[in-house]
Amino acid sequence: MEKRAHFSGWTLPLLLILPQMAITVIFFYWPASQAIWQSFLREDAFGLSSEFVGFENYLALFEQPEYYRAMVTTIIFSTLVAFFSLSVALLLATQADKNIRGGHAFKTLLIWPYAVAPAIAGVLWIFMFHPTLGTLARPIRAAGIDWNPMLNGNHAMILLVLSATWKHISYNFLFFLAGLQAIPKSVIEAGAIDGAGPMRRFWTIVFPLLSPTTFFLLVVTVVYVFFETFGIIDAVTGGGPAGQTTTLVYKVYADGRLGGDLGGSAAQSVILMVIVIALTAIQFRYVERKVQY
Amino acid sequence: MVENRPFAQFMAYLTLVIGVLVVAFPVYLAIMASTFDAATIINGNMPLVPGDQAGVNYPRALFYGGVHAREPVGGMMLNSMIMAMGIAIGKILISILSAYAVVYFKFPFRKTAFWIIFITLMLPVEVRIYPTYKIVADLGLLDTYTGLIMPLIASATGTLLFRQFFMTIPDELLEASKIDGAGAFRFFKDTLLPLSITTIAALFVIQFIYGWNQYLWPLLITTKSSMQTIVIGIKKMITTTDALTEWQIAMTTAVLAMVPPVLVVIFMQRLFVKGLVETEK
Repeated sequence: MEKRAHFSGWTLPLLLILPQMAITVIFFYWPASQAIWQSFLREDAFGLSSEFVGFENYLALFEQPEYYRAMVTTIIFSTLVAFFSLSVALLLATQADKNIRGGHAFKTLLIWPYAVAPAIAGVLWIFMFHPTLGTLARPIRAAGIDWNPMLNGNHAMILLVLSATWKHISYNFLFFLAGLQAIPKSVIEAGAIDGAGPMRRFWTIVFPLLSPTTFFLLVVTVVYVFFETFGIIDAVTGGGPAGQTTTLVYKVYADGRLGGDLGGSAAQSVILMVIVIALTAIQFRYVERKVQY
Repeated sequence: MVENRPFAQFMAYLTLVIGVLVVAFPVYLAIMASTFDAATIINGNMPLVPGDQAGVNYPRALFYGGVHAREPVGGMMLNSMIMAMGIAIGKILISILSAYAVVYFKFPFRKTAFWIIFITLMLPVEVRIYPTYKIVADLGLLDTYTGLIMPLIASATGTLLFRQFFMTIPDELLEASKIDGAGAFRFFKDTLLPLSITTIAALFVIQFIYGWNQYLWPLLITTKSSMQTIVIGIKKMITTTDALTEWQIAMTTAVLAMVPPVLVVIFMQRLFVKGLVETEK
C-alpha cells in the first residue's frame, strides 16, 4: 500500500526517523547481535578473556538434563495455561454475547486483571494458597492433602498455572467477545430455522467461524506464557522447588545471573529468539490467510 | 439471541457472576489483608470482612515501608510513574515521527528503514536481557530513569499502529493541504495530529500499563533501593525469610501497585479496548 501524494526531500524524513533508528540500533540490534556473538564464545572464570568455541555452547546446552527439563516444564506450563485461559474466556464470552441486561458491566468487571502486573498476580495467588496462612490453603489441608507449593513441584506448578490463567483470561475474553460480535446474526438465525439447537449452532457455526480468533489467541497466549510469566514465576516459586518450575526464559535469567555462564545463557537467548520468530511468522501467515471454512 | 429461553438467560447470568466473583476474589482478599495487623494474618484465620488497621497500614507502607526493606512505597510509586510515563510518551513520540516519515515521504532506503523497525516487533526484551544490560552498564545508565526507559521504547508496536492509521487517512487531505500551501510541519501539526488524538490516547493507555507492570528489566538494572519500582519492591518484601514477612504491608503494597493501572483500564475502557485490539498486544 502506498500513498499517492508525498512530500519530497530527504533530510526531513531522515531526521524524523532518526530517534527511533538510534534507539532501535543501540538497544535492540546491538544487544541482539552481541547475544549471537557471545553464544559462540567461552569466557574464563574471571571474565578476563574469551575464546571462540563455535557451537560448543549449544552442544553443551543440549547435553544438560536441566535444559530438557526446562523445555518440558515450558511445554506443560504453556499447554495448561492456553487450555484453561482459552476455554474459560470462551465460555464467559459466549455468555456475555447473549443479549442480557448489564452485559457491558460484566465486560468491565472481567477485563481489569489485564492491568495487574504478572508479579503482583503471583503475590496475590501465593497469599491465597500460602501453606500456613492462605485462606484457600486451609480447606485443602483440612481435606487431608499436604498442600505445600514451596516444597512440592506439582503444587507449585498448579499455583503458577492458576495465577497465569487468572491474569490472561481478560485478554482472551475481550478478543473472543469481539470475534463473536463480528459473526452475522443471520447465519445463526438460519441455523435456528433449520432446527439446530444452541449447542449444535455453537459447535457447527460459531466455533468454526471463530477459528481465526482462536488461533491468534493461541499464539499470543503461548508467547505470553513464554515471556510475560517471568514475573509470576519469580514471585511465586523462584523457579523452585529444586528447579521444578524453571521455564526456558527463567533459566536464561538464572544461568546468566546466578551461574555467570554468559556463553550458555547467550546460546539459550538465541534459541528463544528463533522460537519467537517462528511463532510470529506462523501467526502472520495464518492471520493473513484467515482460517475459515 | 435467536429464541427466548429464560433458562439459558439465567445460566448466562450465573456463569458470568461466578466468573466475576472468581476473578475478583484474589484482589478482594488482598484488600482485606491490608486492613488487618500482622498477627491476625499469620495465625491463618483472617476474617473475610474488613478489619480496622487500614489507617495504620497504608500510611506506614506509603511513607515508611517494610521493617526489613525500609523503603517508602510512595517513592517506589513515583519511580513506577516516571518509568510508565516515560515509556508511554517516549514511544508515542518516536513512533509517530517515524511513521510520518515512512508514510508521507519518499526517501532512499525507506523500505529498509521500515523493515529494520518492523523486525523488532518480534523480540521481547527478555530474550536479549544480558547483552542489553551490559550496554546500558557501559553507557553508565544503571540506576537511572533513562536506563529504565530507553531499552523498553525500542519496539515497533507504535510505528506499526500509526502507519496503519495514517494509511486510512484519505490522500485528498494531503493534496488539499499542499494546494493551500502547507508544508510538512503544518500538515503534521494542523491535520495529522488532530486526527490522531484517539490513536495516541489508545496507545498511551496500553503503553502506560505495559510500563507500570515491567518486572525483569527494572529488577536487573536497579541496584539502589531508592530507584526501585513498586512491582520490584513488593517482591522483595515477601522473599525475606518467610516468618519475617510482613504480610499486611506486602498486601497493602500490592493493592497500591494495582490501583493506577486498574483505574486506567476502568475509566478509559473504550481507549483501552481500542489500543489492545489494534496493537494486538
